[in-house]
Amino acid sequence: MCSTCGCGQGEKGVEDISHHHTHEHANGAHSHEHEHDHAHEHSHTHSDGTTHSHSHSHAPGHAHAHEHAHDHPLDAAAGAGATRLLSVERDILARNDAIAAENRRDLQATKTLALNLVSSPGSGKTALLVETLKRIGDKYPVAVIEGDQETTADADRIRATGVPAIQINTGKGCHLDADMVRTAMSRLGTPANGALFIENVGNLVCPAGFDLGEAHKVVIVSVTEGEDKPLKYSGMFAASALMVVTKTDLLPHLDFDVDRLIDNARRINPTIGVLKLSAKTGEGMDRWLHWLETARALRLATD
Amino acid sequence: MHEISLATALIDLVHEQAAAARARRVTRLVLEIGTLSHVDAHALRFAVDAAALGGPAEGATLEIQEPEGTAYCLDCETSVAISARGAPCPRCGGVKLLVQSGDEMRLKEMEVV
Repeated sequence: MCSTCGCGQGEKGVEDISHHHTHEHANGAHSHEHEHDHAHEHSHTHSDGTTHSHSHSHAPGHAHAHEHAHDHPLDAAAGAGATRLLSVERDILARNDAIAAENRRDLQATKTLALNLVSSPGSGKTALLVETLKRIGDKYPVAVIEGDQETTADADRIRATGVPAIQINTGKGCHLDADMVRTAMSRLGTPANGALFIENVGNLVCPAGFDLGEAHKVVIVSVTEGEDKPLKYSGMFAASALMVVTKTDLLPHLDFDVDRLIDNARRINPTIGVLKLSAKTGEGMDRWLHWLETARALRLATD
Repeated sequence: MHEISLATALIDLVHEQAAAARARRVTRLVLEIGTLSHVDAHALRFAVDAAALGGPAEGATLEIQEPEGTAYCLDCETSVAISARGAPCPRCGGVKLLVQSGDEMRLKEMEVV
């Protein structure tokens, strides 16, 4: 179990959008089906001459460390108990990073701007997204991947705007990983020359370490949170290109010091961009739409 | 940071490497976990022990190296060592620091039989 946030592995699944219900597996070890499973054929010949064979498939994450109950003469010849030191030098999340790189290549091929939206629960991510989608309208194609531990409520809110969306339920897991997003991308499709918004699970800790293949992480902080959030959850602010400060319409009622929040964010990441807005009143939304348009133009202009 | 995901990914990597090297048992793992990586070494030990159960790395000794972070200070234009993100420059007290290293999460080497 994750000591930081108490998450573990539970029931997970990427929504089957053709039926609009979640697809869950009883075994949480693998969150979804893989198209690239492979099968092994085994055959045994018994002393009475009968041969039977069987096959079984492994998911790619499955380790192929088959224990053999018998010793091979070769091993004995090499000397039992001979200790060897293997130099590995591999990143622990290399597999996630490799899948993220595949996602990034696919998104590049369709010239899709992908953004990974991260925040605490309740920062107003979905409200901002709904308002953003309304304002983008027909200007360019968009799609949304929604990550939550449970329910399809957020994807339903997005679909109500007419934009294609798919829900990933992470069960007790506290973040999206590249493989979940890959499955969601294959079911949802990536909007060519458009934008793909990935709304991560509300959590400022774990999603920081998991690359999904996005162009940028955008961290969203509402003014009802603390100004010291960037110092407390520095990993996320260090990894993000932009900080969006939401719910600014509430500022007159609060003792929140926006400048102190920005100073703290820049202390963690001197190059982070900052936008302040209210999805409710529309204040600052134009600048956010402009930022998106610029990021999309960069994606279109470069290979 | 999510230690269970990390531990599972680590043990998958260990199994893969052990199988490739035709090793039957893994006796020691050496990890490099940077001090800026937000991984709790104690939680990671617990999670790795659990993830290794029933496999060739069960009971392996876990050695965790925790290199400190380095950052480039934009004020004094020097590379400095830092122990946490957001910590001021130890040389000039500046707070505009670009982190250069310290968030490593690597399997460096493993001892096998």
